[in-house]
This record gives sequence, structure tokens and C-alpha cells, in this order.
Amino acid sequence: MLYFIEQLLNGIQLGMLLFLLAAGLTLIFGIMDLVNLAHGSLYMIGAYFAATFAAWTDSFVLGAILALIATLIVGMALEVIAIRRLYGRDHLDHVLATFGLLLFFNELVRLIWGPAGLTLSLPSEMLNAVQILPGLYYPVYRLVIIGVTLTVGALLYALIMRTRLGMLIRAGASNREMVGALGINIKLLYTLVFGLGAALAGFAGLMQAPILTVQIGMGENILIAAFVVVTIGGIGSIRGAFVAAMLVGLVDTIGRAFVPDLLHTYLSESASSSLGRALSSMSIYVLMALVLIVRPEGLFPAASR
Amino acid sequence: MSHSLTPRLAVNVVLLLILGLVPVYAALTDNTFVMTLFTRVIILAIAALSLNLIMGFGGMVSFGHAAYLGIGGYAVGILSKEGIDSGFVQWPVAIGASALFALVVGTLSLRTRGVYFIMITLAFAQMVYYIAIGLDRYGGDDGLTIYHQSQFGGLVNLNNKTVFYYLCLVLLLAGIYAVWRIVNSRFGLVIRGARSNEGRMRAIGFPTFRYKLTCFVIAGAMCGLAGALLANHTNYISPAIMEWTRSGDLIVMAVLGGMRAAFGPLIGAMTFLLLEDWLSRVTDYPNLIIGPVLLIVAIYINGGIDGLLGRRRHG
Amino acid sequence: MADALLEIEDLTKRFGGVIASDRISLTLKRGELHAIIGPNGAGKTTLIGQLTGEIAPDAGSVRFDGQDITALPVYRRSAIGLARSFQITSLFLDFTALDNVALAVQAHAGHSFRFWRNAGSDDELREPARAALVNVGLGARADVLAADLSHGERRQLEIAMALATKPRVLLLDEPMAGMGPEESVRLIEILRRLKGGVTILLIEHDMDAVFALAERISVLVYGRIIASGDPAAIRADPVVRQAYLGEGKGAGGG
Repeated sequence: MLYFIEQLLNGIQLGMLLFLLAAGLTLIFGIMDLVNLAHGSLYMIGAYFAATFAAWTDSFVLGAILALIATLIVGMALEVIAIRRLYGRDHLDHVLATFGLLLFFNELVRLIWGPAGLTLSLPSEMLNAVQILPGLYYPVYRLVIIGVTLTVGALLYALIMRTRLGMLIRAGASNREMVGALGINIKLLYTLVFGLGAALAGFAGLMQAPILTVQIGMGENILIAAFVVVTIGGIGSIRGAFVAAMLVGLVDTIGRAFVPDLLHTYLSESASSSLGRALSSMSIYVLMALVLIVRPEGLFPAASR
Repeated sequence: MSHSLTPRLAVNVVLLLILGLVPVYAALTDNTFVMTLFTRVIILAIAALSLNLIMGFGGMVSFGHAAYLGIGGYAVGILSKEGIDSGFVQWPVAIGASALFALVVGTLSLRTRGVYFIMITLAFAQMVYYIAIGLDRYGGDDGLTIYHQSQFGGLVNLNNKTVFYYLCLVLLLAGIYAVWRIVNSRFGLVIRGARSNEGRMRAIGFPTFRYKLTCFVIAGAMCGLAGALLANHTNYISPAIMEWTRSGDLIVMAVLGGMRAAFGPLIGAMTFLLLEDWLSRVTDYPNLIIGPVLLIVAIYINGGIDGLLGRRRHG
Repeated sequence: MADALLEIEDLTKRFGGVIASDRISLTLKRGELHAIIGPNGAGKTTLIGQLTGEIAPDAGSVRFDGQDITALPVYRRSAIGLARSFQITSLFLDFTALDNVALAVQAHAGHSFRFWRNAGSDDELREPARAALVNVGLGARADVLAADLSHGERRQLEIAMALATKPRVLLLDEPMAGMGPEESVRLIEILRRLKGGVTILLIEHDMDAVFALAERISVLVYGRIIASGDPAAIRADPVVRQAYLGEGKGAGGG
């Protein structure tokens, strides 16, 4: 039972990180109609920046802040230099272009930081585990992730729902042409939205960095999961991204934790372990396929075009 | 087909000449690597060709096409490991299994559109990828070595690299011709019409779903054959062939070459793979160049490389 | 009635709290040109949607030549002889005019699981397509890309495509929309020539066209047919005048 709660928390934590990535993706997709395969690269860059700046300043928090700013700058520069030329084009052109960017960034990171990967160490207080329930110890840092991400999520919600900028974003997500016709500076709006997405991705990367290694290609694995989240949640919907991220995070974590054991009761040790691993990796895709069959536009599609 | 010497026709002819003469060149210069490289180009061109059928002409952007390379390859690998080396069994199984998988995926996915379709095809490919990793008996993550080429009795000896090369080339040319015929047939017009305006197609009376599904299955089967060829080429098959980035490579090849050109996939495969090979020998960081090249082609060159060869009559 | 080709009975459709179609009953006689007019928002699009099968009615029925087609899927309606043209031009823009119409012909030439023969030079498809184009006055523009046709020509192409399927009933959804005066006159002529050969249900705003062509007119307001009869009777009907003709007669195209 305690193990289940621990996995539940892990699932929520994973969901939170997926939410950060998916929120950016769904905004960029919903407003600029852009498929961005390089989103995972921004996640990776955030992690690399964090590891580097933290080592330079000898402070995790300071390194994180600097990394966030740096990723934001990189994201906006990317939008101005390359991304904005893709608006209005066929999705295939987006795929081709951002795939090129993905390859480029992986190689660039390898050039600057080498192929080996980095580690990011936490301040010692965060390394402890606290007792959250009798008999259940959970790492402080993972709780921090959940807490910080919830805060960011709340801020994002406030931004989208309560501010003028947010209103423009929501309007743009459901009817792009109208927003342009209203005379709003679309170019600036797009740059800001892309930057916001990049910052969220970088933030997810730097938060995850101490738990996973910081390495080339880390973006690709989680990017697919983020795309799955966006698809399940519905394109253009932050609320959808949140719900779907929780679903995906939980299904994936709990699947991996329990499916092999579940199979073990019916199959032999070796069969259940390899089949179990395969099935639990597949779980989120099965989830997505099921959702799309029932609701081909996701759970909360925002776009009404 | 026009019989005047257009730049496009000239390029295609030169391309065929080059491909035809590769083994000759390899023999004369004692350079087997060239033949290995071009064999790979041809095999992946077949895969890109199959993707182009559904993507370029049908507008169905599948981000899971590499799955069929895997299914075809594993069909050969698994049968070989179980003692069945006959190509007469392996290759039909490769094609049949791929067609079956395409049937399932297509039936479930073709009701969705746009980016949802892209994602769901990706999801199914990922499922196959993870199943392959889970197959401990067949190597799992490490992959499976294939000790014998597919055997065809006395018909053709695939151990001979030159013979194998020409077989692949013949299959590619047959494939290009078949795709060209399909695309210009009544069936092809339905597919192209559905890409142009599916709502209108249904309004004038076409049950588009069954045509798109058929096209999807044909493409899957063709790519499964490419997978069987690949397994014979490398004597090895692993889940890595089905990574989503490999599906991305196939999309790149199709788009790069020009999506509504008969020779487009070949041009795309050749350009992409040769560029990749040359750059990796010239620099330790080839993607620093390839990445921006893809970006520039996507932004500035409409219609891929084929678009550079002159205007087409119509889509 | 033996000469009733299309019978719409008590057709009802609600969207949330809004009644888009309120027990619409209408009969289309064989060979006639029947026009449906009404202000914007009257529910004309919903009505057409239910006739073409894109929208499923909440209640009521549609009978075509005696056969109940209320639940028949979209792609089957063309096969039984019910063809439509689109209000917002919906063509195959990257195909030529001839190819556009040839596709319509192909849809009715049996199944298309033919993978080998070149359809582009198949006379079985090209000849009827060319004939339909000539019929609407586009014969000279057969090899022009649909994207390169003028707005009026695209409307003509729309009708050619509907005609190519040899329909028994032609549903024309605001074919005059967005047309300049010259193009309108030309289109009215084309429709006049088609009358009698094929039964036409014409949804229109353009009063000149309606009164020039229609044998019978039905008036749709807030989802209900408030009047139905010959043009003179409709013109004189006080209910109609108040509800519709009174607000900007001949405004055309809303």
C-alpha cells in the first residue's frame, strides 16, 4: 500500500514535468499551428545550462535561475531567426525544419559539452527524505518538484485566464485570423508565446536534471510523451494538458511499477519481466490510442476552426 | 510522360546510370564500401518510396513508417533464428506481417486527421519498438544477428553482394514504376482527390476510408519488403531501426526529394544518406551542417529538390 | 404523390436550445425548379445538411423517390441521384477543371480499385466530363487549374461537377453568392437551360435569380416554412413581405 502511494507520488511528479513540456507545446501548436520537434532540445538545453551554471556559481538555485533566463533567450532567438519563417506552412515543412533543429542542437551540445553527459548535484538539504506518512519516506526534492510545478501551473493559469496577454493567447488559440485582424502585434505575441514555451521546457529540464542524468538525446524520450499528453489533452488547451499530463504520468509510472508483477502471477519469471517491460513502456500509447478512438480530437480541444 | 529532354528527365537518367554502374566502379577500384553504401541507399529509397505513396500523394503523414522496416526485418531474423532460411517463406511473411500491421493501424488511425494522425501512427510504431525490445529470445535491445542470407534455391544467390545490389535496384525500379502507375490510375486519383479535398470526395460519392486504408496497406507491405532487404544487407536487425527518429529520417528523405515526383524518394534518400556519410567523414559533428540544411530546405525550397528541377503540370 | 421526387416531412433539428429546423415539410415535384428563400440564420444550411446526410435530424424524414433516405450516409446520396453544389466553393484546387469533373464522373463509374490503367486518358471519364463543362459554358477552360479560375467560373465548375453525376435532384446552395452582375446573368441562363432536365432545389438570396427561375418558392424563417407557392403568390403574401421581403428586397448575398 505504501509502495502504491510512493508510486502515485512519482506518477504525479512525472505528470507535473510532462505538464510543463506539454503546456508549452500545446500553446505553440494551438496559437501558431506549429509542430515543434525541437521542443525537447530546449528541455535539454535547460538542463545543460543548469548543470553548468550551478557548477560555476556553486549554487543550485542561482544556477537554475540563470539557466531559465538563458533558455528563454535561446528560445526567443530561435523564434526570430528560424521559427517565424515556418508559420502558415504545411505541417510537413515544420517536421522537416524542426527535425533539422533537433539534430543540430544534439550535435551542438555534444560539441560544447562533450558526449559524456553532466551531473547536477543538489544542495544537501534536498537530498534527504522526509516521512510523509508512517513508514513512508519520500525524497524532499521530488516534493519540491511537485510543489514548484504546481505553483508554476497556477501562475500559468492565472496568466492565461486573468491577464490581457492571456486573453490574447486564448483568442489566438481558437481563432488565429481574428486576432491578427484586430491589429494586435502578432509577431511579438508569437515570439513571447514561443519564449514562454521554451522557458517552460527549460524549466522542466533543469528541475528533472538532478534526478536523471543530463545527457544528449534526453529531450527525445520525453518529447514523445509530451506529444502524447498534448494529443490526449486536446491541442491548444492548458487544462487539457494538465489533466492529460496527470493521466499519462500516473499510467506510465504505475504501469511500470505494477504490470511486471501482475504478469508474474500468470507467467514465468523471464517471460513476465521482458513482456512486462514492453507492456509498461507501451501503456501511454495504448492510452492515447484509446482516447483518440473515442474522442478523435482529444479530451478538451480548444480550437474551434 | 513528356519525351522532351527536361532537366528532370536528364537528372533521372544520370541517376540511373550512376546506380547501374556502382558495382562496376566498386570492382574496378576495389572499393566495396561504395557498394555497401549504395545498397543501403537503394533499400531506404524503397522505404521512402512507400512512405511517399501515402504521404506525398495521399497526404497521410505517417510518423511510424520505420515500424515496417522493423517488422520486415524481424520476420527474416526470427524465421532465420528458428531455422527457416528460405526466402520463399521469409519474404512473404515479412510483406504479409507488415500489411497486417498496416491494416490494424490504418483502421484505427485513418479516422483521425492532421497532427492527431501523425501522433497515433507514431504511437503504434513505438508499441512495436517496445515489443521488439522485450523480445529477449530475439536479442531484445541488443538486436539479432542473422547468420544466413535468405535462401532462394538456385534462383538467386544473395551471398553475392553484386547480385544482391542489382536485385535491390531492380526492386526499386519496379517499385517506382508501380507507384507511378498506381498514382495515375483511378485508384490513385481517389487518393489524390482525398488529399486535395476529402469532404468533396465524399460528397461526390467516394467512400474514401476504404481507399485510404488500401493505400496505407500497400505502403506498409512495400516497406516490409524493404525491411527484409535491410536485414539481408546488414545481417543484423535490432529495435533501433524502428526508433521514431528513423521514421523522421524517412519523412526527411521523402520531403527532400520532392513529394510528388516519381524519383523524388530516390533523390531524397541518396542526398540524405550520401550527405550524412560524407559529412561524418569530414567532420566529427556532421549534424551541425545537416540540421541547418534541412531547416533551409524546409523554409526556402518548396517541393524539395524536385522543385528545383522545374515546374510540374499539376499535383 | 407519384411525381414527388423529394419529400421532406416534419424535419426537426435542435442545437442546444436553438431550433434550427422546426418541423419542416416540403415536397419537390419531378422536373420543377423550387427555390427556398429566407433571411440569414433561417436555417438553410442546416436544412441542406440534413438533405445531404451531413447532419442527422432529431425527428422527421426525407424520402427520395419513395425511398426513406433519412439515415443514408453522405457518400451514398450521390449514388442514388442526389447531388449538391457548395455555397463556399469546395473544389480540388490543384486539379484542372476537367480533372475536377472527371472525378465526379469516376465516382459513379463503379468502384475505383483499378490500379493500372491511366485514368487521365480514360475517355469513359473524360468525355462525360467535357460534356458537363460545355453544358455550363466552361468548355474552353477545361485545362485550367481550378485555383486559377475566376470566382464565377468556379461556381460554374461547381455546378458542372454536380451535373456530371447525372443527378435526378440538384441541390444548389447559394450558387449566385459573391457573383458580379455579368456573371450572375450568365449563371441564370445556365440554370434556365438545365430546368426541366433535372429537378432543382435552389437555395438563394438573390431575388432576381429566384423570381426569374423558380416555378415554386418556399420561405424559411427561423427554421419554419412560413409560406409556399408560385412566385406571384409569394410576392403578394403579406406574411412573407413582413418577415422577409420587407427587409431589403433584392439585397442579394446578405
